[in-house]
Amino acid sequence: MLELKQIEKYYNSGTINEMCLFEGFSLTIQHHQFVSVIGSNGSGKTSMLNLICGSIPVDQGRILMNGRDITHIPEYKRQRSIGRVYQNPAVGTCPNMTILENMSLADQKGKAFNLLPGINRQRKDSYREQLKTLGLGLEDKLNVKAGVLSGGQRQAMALLMATMTPIEFLILDEHTAALDPKTAETIMHLTEQIVKEKKLTTIMVTHNLRYAVEYGDRILMMHQGKAVIDMEGEEKKGILIDDILKKFNEISIECGN
Amino acid sequence: MITILLGILEEGLVYAIMALGVYITYKILDFPDLSVDSTFPMGAAITAVAIISGMPPVLTLPLAFLAGALAGCATGLIHVKLQVRDLLSGIIVMTGLYSINLRIAGKANLHIFNQETIFDNDFLNRFLPDILRPYQVLLVLIAIILFCKVLLDLYLKTRSGFLLRAVGDNETLVTSLAKDKGRVKILGLAIANGFAALAGCVYCQQKGFFEISMGTGTIVIGLANVIIGTQLFKRLPMVKATSAVIFGSILYKACVSFALSLDRIRIGSVIITFPVIASDLKLITSILFLVILVAGNHQGRRAKGSA
Repeated sequence: MLELKQIEKYYNSGTINEMCLFEGFSLTIQHHQFVSVIGSNGSGKTSMLNLICGSIPVDQGRILMNGRDITHIPEYKRQRSIGRVYQNPAVGTCPNMTILENMSLADQKGKAFNLLPGINRQRKDSYREQLKTLGLGLEDKLNVKAGVLSGGQRQAMALLMATMTPIEFLILDEHTAALDPKTAETIMHLTEQIVKEKKLTTIMVTHNLRYAVEYGDRILMMHQGKAVIDMEGEEKKGILIDDILKKFNEISIECGN
Repeated sequence: MITILLGILEEGLVYAIMALGVYITYKILDFPDLSVDSTFPMGAAITAVAIISGMPPVLTLPLAFLAGALAGCATGLIHVKLQVRDLLSGIIVMTGLYSINLRIAGKANLHIFNQETIFDNDFLNRFLPDILRPYQVLLVLIAIILFCKVLLDLYLKTRSGFLLRAVGDNETLVTSLAKDKGRVKILGLAIANGFAALAGCVYCQQKGFFEISMGTGTIVIGLANVIIGTQLFKRLPMVKATSAVIFGSILYKACVSFALSLDRIRIGSVIITFPVIASDLKLITSILFLVILVAGNHQGRRAKGSA
């Protein structure tokens, strides 16, 4: 379970450009919930993910993970139970290391990076097996550098690597935004499959309203640091893309666009 | 002629040890680390003092490496914990170590002629066949550089080595792996400066002295070695980067020697004469480095254009 309690976040604090993003923002995400987050640019979607992961500090408020206060725990320590996939496919893999080396790195998450051999030969077949599930033929390219793969292939690998070791939370930061429609579709299917299989608590930020409606069991629409739509269960199943678009339009008029 | 070649090989190999360190910082970590300019003479200072006080020469090697690693940690800590920019962290340590080096040595010059060194000791003198005598220094150097190279190659294949490569390749991924990227950088800088100090240690024993300004321009030589080596051999995948750096070091030394030996340049029928003197070395070093950098850039652009 993930709880954000009375979060306050200001940008450029102390200057004339001070901007308040979150003011008393609270959110609770239950075990095994799959939350889709939508909203216009600057609405606080990615900032929310960054706050949860610890990439940026909160000014006020607390973040609890399974009841444990993680507000002041550094980013890298939080990542033990979090897997994160970014919008940019290049961020999820090491371009100058081979697929095999990348998989070995990911496999080592949460364990000691000591002087034992970096590649565990006994795990090689398991890596091949996992790559096979992607259906991209990567299992035959173990010694190819990740940098030469296409964006879609790299994103698929990034997803696989982020979820390889036992984690609890999956953070998806517009992870299909940089991909072509066909590839995006493949990655989304893969995402759902992994989330179901590993029973991950998932937060997915997306600009694709269809994905937000089709996937997940809860939908959040962010606007100026607040959740203006928050539906789950049966209510969420009934929501249509048109409903969301209408809300988008209302907000735009409100903002004077 | 043989003497000149031998000289080039010897000096090239000494600087190759340091270049292995620069390879870690510049190529793997993408961190322009200027502290090697002072960790190189630090290795020499420690070695000179240790040998004068009667320490067995072989032991000066690990001692110098450890001291260099400690200085590298200082650069790393300043950069990571105090969040000082990479170049500035190196400059701070470089400047500070100048005084420390003087304190270690006690004065600006220290010679160790007539002392036992790793190149000239009872053991070697007794067991090396006479026919190999002229190559005594070279053989010892080859043994040291091979040891360093193999060890580094092996290290880069360990889990810790993987993490080091990952931090230069993609910092975010290291954080995603729940590892502190700062700590990995500090480790990389420690190893790199360990190599620089080790090179200083070997240099001191080969030349027989420590001199406070002997480190000036070390980073330029190191970068030149690394760039020549990796650029020349990048199309040959069977040559490991570490080997490429060693070949690059020898080649660079050869270029410098060639430039130093020039006293006239012929352009068409015009002959320009200018006597090159030994103190022009640093100027030649930096001009050659510039040429290598620009040539490397040009090559990179062409490769991109054709792709």
